[in-house]
Amino acid sequence: MKMETTTIAPTFDVNVIRKSFPVLEREVKNKLLVYLDNAATSQKPQGVIDALNYYYSNYNANIHRGIHTLAEEATAAYEATRNTVKDFINAKFSEEIIFTRGTTEGINLVAYTWGRKNIHEGDEIIISTMEHHSNIVPWQILCEEKKAVLKIIPINDEGELLMDSYKNLLSPKTKLVSIVHVSNSLGTVNPVKEIINDAHEVGALVLVDGAQSTVHLDIDVQQMDCDFFAFSGHKVYGPTGVGALYGKKEILEEMPVFMGGGEMIKEVTFEKTTYNNLPYKYEAGTPNIADTIALKVALDFVTELGKDIIRNHENDLLKYATGQMKLIEGLRIIGTAKNKVSLVSFVIKNIHPQDIGVLLDNQGIAVRTGHHCTEPLMNRFGIPGTVRASFAMYNTKEEVDRLVEGIKKSIKMLS
Amino acid sequence: MSEYKTIKEREEEIIEEFSLFDQWEEKYEYIIDLGKKLEPLDEQFKVGENIIKGCQSTVWLTSEFRNGKVFYKADSDALIVKGLVSMLIKVLSGHEPDQILEAKLGFIKDIGMMTHLAQTRSNGLLSMVKQIKNYALAYKSVDAA
Repeated sequence: MKMETTTIAPTFDVNVIRKSFPVLEREVKNKLLVYLDNAATSQKPQGVIDALNYYYSNYNANIHRGIHTLAEEATAAYEATRNTVKDFINAKFSEEIIFTRGTTEGINLVAYTWGRKNIHEGDEIIISTMEHHSNIVPWQILCEEKKAVLKIIPINDEGELLMDSYKNLLSPKTKLVSIVHVSNSLGTVNPVKEIINDAHEVGALVLVDGAQSTVHLDIDVQQMDCDFFAFSGHKVYGPTGVGALYGKKEILEEMPVFMGGGEMIKEVTFEKTTYNNLPYKYEAGTPNIADTIALKVALDFVTELGKDIIRNHENDLLKYATGQMKLIEGLRIIGTAKNKVSLVSFVIKNIHPQDIGVLLDNQGIAVRTGHHCTEPLMNRFGIPGTVRASFAMYNTKEEVDRLVEGIKKSIKMLS
Repeated sequence: MSEYKTIKEREEEIIEEFSLFDQWEEKYEYIIDLGKKLEPLDEQFKVGENIIKGCQSTVWLTSEFRNGKVFYKADSDALIVKGLVSMLIKVLSGHEPDQILEAKLGFIKDIGMMTHLAQTRSNGLLSMVKQIKNYALAYKSVDAA
């Protein structure tokens, strides 16, 4: 018998949350900062800042090989983060989590190791029109070297993948599909589950670029069944310079090593070196210990609040911002997918995005302007770039109002 | 033809104009206005070799060497950048290569536009100044040859 339970939704008080992020109190150009560049990097809660400070003040030591107390404490904290990351994306084993500098390094690691070994002349790698340069260039380099072919999934005017075209691109020649989970320029959430299923049917592996999705969506790499998943800590309220690459254990075990050095070895002689086990085999050199330790605090912060209630809040902001911005004359939203995260990319008729960005900055509002490292995507829309406002858990409707007023004022000044 | 003014004198003129502005809006409206008034660059000059390409907007810069002096023309697809480059041209165009190369351009700081100088990946003033000086240097060596 199933027991009836009533759950009380935890209250989400954005004003309480804002108190955890000290930077939000600062003024820019004599106005209270409105930070809407979260897709580039999120701000850090006090706990993350404190964890960094505490590490350096109390137990800074090099990890894994040390015999002393500090080294043990640092190692335990470092490995605790690995476990937290494992849970955060629901990996099966903690050794499937390899610490990297971020998403870019994760993708490059796969390109340089798995790619070098498994991609051969005539093989095909599929990416999409909406990829970040980080998920284009490593594959271009690889394809050039191996005489392999890069295939591109097209999109529609809303900024959604054309899934029929994708299915047509798939063939026994396809060895890898490397796809962005959530577009950093459009906000589009891609149907990764379907993409992965289809790719697996032709025997291809799938790498999911989770740079933008990890902060907003529930990530379950086992349910998704992706072969690789890469993300950056700093976009999930963690420090810069640390991220993780997930790979299925059996694949990681077979992959050649990435960088040679300390930590990644088992035994070294001048004749031959044997390599360490997973995940250390891919973590050469002294890693970014402090930031990795502090990343745990950020992920715990998100988990404790609950991604679902954060998402509700962010979706409210998205809906509100979209509605308000549509009322601005001459404003066109780029990226109107049915399923998207809380960011709004837009252009304004006859006005260069950079001009809007400069004038918003003078009003204390931080947005991003430009091509967002997705030049092929901008070309697809025939624009040089967009203005992008991206929202996080700590943003408010009042801030959306300031953005909207700021845009209106900028347009007036530029017309 | 307006009377000849040195680079320093032109810088001072701009500083004086900016000293009248209390609000940031006034400064930017002035720059935007300069951008709008900048004579559009003939399409034939909007070619790859004249581009100072940044991450965000495009600036085209061309120059001419007449009677020992360098004259600049520029354009941009972004209005504020266009205003900024117009200001640079106002100050630096029509001088001898050596004078241009020696210009310290302290006015940029004095009018509170340093933020634009430091923008590394967009079209900062810095890359424009560099290109302006590159032309001056090129003419100087041609002249000396």
